[in-house]
Amino acid sequence: MNALLEVRDLVVRYGAALAVDHVSFEVRAGETLALVGPSGCGKSSTAAAALLLRRPDGGEVRFEGRELTRLPERDLRALRPAMQPVFQDPYGSLSPRQRIRDAVAEPLRVQGRWDAATGPARVAELLARVGLDAAHGLRRPHELSGGQCQRAGIARALASEPRLLVLDEPVSALDPSVRAGVLNLLAELQETLGLGYLFICHDMALVRHFADRTAEMRDGRLVRVS
Amino acid sequence: MSADEPLLSVRDLRISFDGAEAVRGLSFDVHAGEVLALAGESGAGKSLTARALLGLVPRDAVVRGTVRLRGGTELVGAKPRTLAALWGRRVALVPQDALSALSPVHPVGDQIAAAVRSLRGVSRREARARAAAALDRVGVPAARCGAYPHELSGGMRQRAVVALATAGDPDLVVADEPTTALDPDLRDQVLRLLAERQEETGAALVLVTHDLAAVRDHADRVLVLYAGRHAESGPAAPVLDHPRAPYTAGLLASLPPAAPVPGRGRRLPAIGGVPPAPGEPAVGCAFAPRCPLAEDRCRADVPGPRRVGAAAERREVSCHRSADLPGALGELFREAV
Repeated sequence: MNALLEVRDLVVRYGAALAVDHVSFEVRAGETLALVGPSGCGKSSTAAAALLLRRPDGGEVRFEGRELTRLPERDLRALRPAMQPVFQDPYGSLSPRQRIRDAVAEPLRVQGRWDAATGPARVAELLARVGLDAAHGLRRPHELSGGQCQRAGIARALASEPRLLVLDEPVSALDPSVRAGVLNLLAELQETLGLGYLFICHDMALVRHFADRTAEMRDGRLVRVS
Repeated sequence: MSADEPLLSVRDLRISFDGAEAVRGLSFDVHAGEVLALAGESGAGKSLTARALLGLVPRDAVVRGTVRLRGGTELVGAKPRTLAALWGRRVALVPQDALSALSPVHPVGDQIAAAVRSLRGVSRREARARAAAALDRVGVPAARCGAYPHELSGGMRQRAVVALATAGDPDLVVADEPTTALDPDLRDQVLRLLAERQEETGAALVLVTHDLAAVRDHADRVLVLYAGRHAESGPAAPVLDHPRAPYTAGLLASLPPAAPVPGRGRRLPAIGGVPPAPGEPAVGCAFAPRCPLAEDRCRADVPGPRRVGAAAERREVSCHRSADLPGALGELFREAV
């Protein structure tokens, strides 16, 4: 089966420091690869470089077979909707002044896919997909709980119709009693939409439960893939 | 004073802001030599309660009830001078964030020596020697005494804060665990270290946590809070193995299993709904809107703590339906998305 995301010999440097040291892995459609390791081991740097949010200093990143590291920004922009991040801090990843429905509509507008006739229904559908209703759409992030806010962040990512989600500690900032619901949602979305997940997490019990395969990092290097 | 007298007694503790109650009538004891976990999620009132044990509630908080130390010292409404005399000697705090607990402009050894001097009134030389010994006890080598906090790793910094908090051999240490993602290896190290220190000195440790999995590893007893009220309390192992409150049962059921459960996919049993916002007025049991067992009386009357099991266990549950709960409580929760 072809890889959705293929990372080869990825290198990220911050000045003289080597944050990511020749890391290679792949994520297939419908599969979850967990990226684990202690704080500061290079997980988030790897994810940022894999999403081309930061140009890597070496190596290759292929998305659906296409090499991205040397693509001009213009071409990358066309590919970005297909690979979406979901962040740890549910409040920090949404604008505090924007209503939830506008945050979810924004990718459609930015990508030139907004249609005044069908747009609102599409937003309602995306909200329903993540377990939120129209009333949640009218609120702003601080008027929602952490779990509801994270669901809104997921709805916003889905608006771009991604094939890959990079989930950076998506439930570790959430209250324990709402974590399972968000994880179940992520599992359901993966099963129905065939999404590939790069799942950054340092809760090993959760990784064992949720991920198909695990890539373990230490000091910028990949020490084990299973 | 009998040997059984608790180190600290909390009775009907209520903490409110602008009339909105965040802690709604808590009573519990902390005994010498035990590790008590205060478990609950954000808004449950656990951090506020823990701070009240030190007389450290925010200025705009209105505190009612009693928090009494063995020997009779009352912390609620105590004068700043009374509290200052207790801090470090009888009660001490290990805060969440080690970096902000230490001064960035003084070496860690000096900071601990200064604490020792103010607590014990010893000479500078003696204070320095005791600081080095305190750091050594928590595994920070003497050579690192001269290091500034930013020169230490996160783990070493946490150790230095433990040394600082325990320098005056307090009777009670309150550790406020990070609620955001802290490296779990580091967290376990610090908790083990605290437990070791506590065993050496016979002090009591109150551990504030949102992580029930950590409770099993690190606490003797647990008090589970929900929306500022007591949900369930007792010895850690029985409470976690056989929870009697639907909230505790739901939380435990929603944790990823240690080993894959045959026939069950990736879905986890989940508690529906969301916790109430702090101070949100609640009629009846605060968990009732999310509870699969709730009936009319749950929505009308607040359940008080009731004893379950043998008296010696000191186990209590606040649930109208605790008498007729099914055995496998966790199975009540469905794998909702």
